Amino acid sequence: MDFSDYKTDFGPPNFREMLPPVIEKNYGKWKYHERLKPGLLMHMAESGDELYTVRVGSARLVSTDWIRDISDIADEYCDGYVRFTSRHNLEFLVSDKEKVEPLIEHLKANGYAVGGTGHAISNPVHTQGWIHCHTPATDASGVVKAVMDDLFEYFADSKLPAYCRISLACCLNMCGAVHCSDVAILGIHRKPPAVNHEDVKNKCELPNVIAACPTGAIRPDPKTKSVVVNEDKCMYCGNCYTMCPGMPLADPVGDGVSIWVGGKISSARTPPKFSRLVIPYLPNNPPRWPEVTSAVRNIVETWASNARKHERMGEWIDRVGWERFFDMTGIPFTVQLIDDFTLAPDTYRSTPTFKW
Amino acid sequence: MTESETPLLDDLEKGPWPSFVTEIKRAGEKKVAAKDLLRQLERSYVDKIGYWKHGGIVGVRGYGGGVIGRYSNLPDEYPGVAEFHTFRVNMPSGWFYTTEKLRKLCDVWDKHGSGLTNMHGATGDIILLGAPTDQLQPCFDDLAEIGFDLGGSGSDMRTPSCCVGPGRCEYACIDTLDLLYEITMEYQDELHRPMFPYKSKIKIAGCPNDCVASVARSDISIVGTWRDKIQVDPEGVSYYAGNGINIQEEVIDLCPTNSMSWDAESKTLSINDQECNRCMHCINVMPRALSPGKERGATILVGGKAPIVKGALLSWVVVPFMKMEPPYDEMKDLIERIWDWWDENGKMRERLGELINRLGMRAFLKAVDLPAVPQMIRVPRANPYYFWDPEEVK
Repeated sequence: MDFSDYKTDFGPPNFREMLPPVIEKNYGKWKYHERLKPGLLMHMAESGDELYTVRVGSARLVSTDWIRDISDIADEYCDGYVRFTSRHNLEFLVSDKEKVEPLIEHLKANGYAVGGTGHAISNPVHTQGWIHCHTPATDASGVVKAVMDDLFEYFADSKLPAYCRISLACCLNMCGAVHCSDVAILGIHRKPPAVNHEDVKNKCELPNVIAACPTGAIRPDPKTKSVVVNEDKCMYCGNCYTMCPGMPLADPVGDGVSIWVGGKISSARTPPKFSRLVIPYLPNNPPRWPEVTSAVRNIVETWASNARKHERMGEWIDRVGWERFFDMTGIPFTVQLIDDFTLAPDTYRSTPTFKW
Repeated sequence: MTESETPLLDDLEKGPWPSFVTEIKRAGEKKVAAKDLLRQLERSYVDKIGYWKHGGIVGVRGYGGGVIGRYSNLPDEYPGVAEFHTFRVNMPSGWFYTTEKLRKLCDVWDKHGSGLTNMHGATGDIILLGAPTDQLQPCFDDLAEIGFDLGGSGSDMRTPSCCVGPGRCEYACIDTLDLLYEITMEYQDELHRPMFPYKSKIKIAGCPNDCVASVARSDISIVGTWRDKIQVDPEGVSYYAGNGINIQEEVIDLCPTNSMSWDAESKTLSINDQECNRCMHCINVMPRALSPGKERGATILVGGKAPIVKGALLSWVVVPFMKMEPPYDEMKDLIERIWDWWDENGKMRERLGELINRLGMRAFLKAVDLPAVPQMIRVPRANPYYFWDPEEVK
């Protein structure tokens, strides 16, 4: 075969060819922005040009038909340009002020979710779940859909004390920075791998499987030419399964969802921080995951009614104290919430100053 | 009327949030793969477990990554998803598109795949979800024809990403979009051919608001900042003072370094810039009045990652300030020094942060040739177990 014309390593499309003229003209010369109303931003350039952004939540999993639909809208209102955000939102970039309100009306009339700006819940970052991943402990899109249907008012309006970032990862890999979210929903397993000795023997490199275990719970078993798991030491992380298909952890009874709160990414006021475990397990209850939606709503609304303006979930909890967080939300404190992994001692209290 | 095969998922077409089920059904009108995806997912909703096999090596000529193998566990029942592989397609910087480009992408994907996508995946790629093995090469050929190349997967440099930057943000202290494009083009080999101990992620944020979560999830985080004074526009200050912002309560009292003061009578805002740590809060609340300084560059942090294998880490400061201007040679040189050390010393599936933890920050700084400065740490060591180089003990 002749590969002389075969191209590789040509890279992504050059972004400069994707920028609307108003951005090309004012590139790097933006002066300030305003949040005009939920879902609508206005950026003012030094030149005096105004750029309006209408933000729309997407399902993240979208069809080519949907992409064509939004392209038609962008042709009509935005001269054929559109962008997406790091949180799966869609942004219509409008340079003609007269087109802003008609665009918003058109979007709302056609069922698009306008919002997600300012002190609101933005589009939840999430993973594939049962739709397309081989290690999930829950679905992703379904849980997000259920949670956002329930909390939609906080996406469509900017009425919270501060930003609220909800994220979901369907296993402990935590794809997508869910470990630094105001509320993180995380799929977990609760049973050790059900070792399939035939698969381990035939498909896996034993030293890699053994080395994959962070707690040293896996040892070789010369008799079966496979491995044995010390189940007392297993923390269900799934690392061994990543290395070896003979170590599946997924189980309809064992699998479920955990809730983590108080993380943030931005350095505004306080440094970035991890989300902390507050609910160790809720059952998978498709299609609407009612235990999860009510737990998230309770946490968001307890924060919203007690935090000061600009105070993120984690900042509010730092101010009132974790003991008060459990008190105010009514979430029971259980032993699973006490860390015993690598950085555990950092999380224990060394002073008798706490609240009752 | 025939009874629906997917009653549980049908329920998720109701409600105000956009429905992925509706999207799968739309694709399913044209594609059996999408139809069978929905049927298999309904089965998962009933049985509360996933039905995808573990991995499988697939690919296209000349690439070691960018295509993820995915096979159904139940191919006889759901033949449309028996082979349902994923393309990771490298997105343009900042996720900007012309509709013309998007339509071309849709045409290619309708021709070869399920018609389902993620716009976008968590790392930032366009995810084309679900093609059979025999369509992979033809699909890539058509993608190349319209100017879309593959992203990263496996133990390579994963597709780097950045925030909107100077495209539409007055906070951008560096040209995130250009830097991203330059880095992506410079390291095409590292992106497309897995060669490292594990994945390596680079993310670029224009300011400490970090809208791409670089500190939480990239081995090398580049975060825009400045070194001089916050720029103050007194007209902007008066605008906010007269427009419903309580400057004392919302700005001054929330400054983490107590380096601002407000005289309500004379409407004067003062900043002690020497004490400011550039957290962005005041600028976020009053963008008309305040903006980052003029001497701009980036802070470089390393080691961020999600939990797998040994726990999550947030990136650590290793270069407090670096100018960030084309052709970005100083940054590229640092990236290469970091990769060299990690590649030489890292165990299989050991991310950069974990390697630094295992061998010590001291070993990292020495190997990469970076000076120790107090901006790197939160607090100094509290134990007496430190090392001396014999050269220093004379």
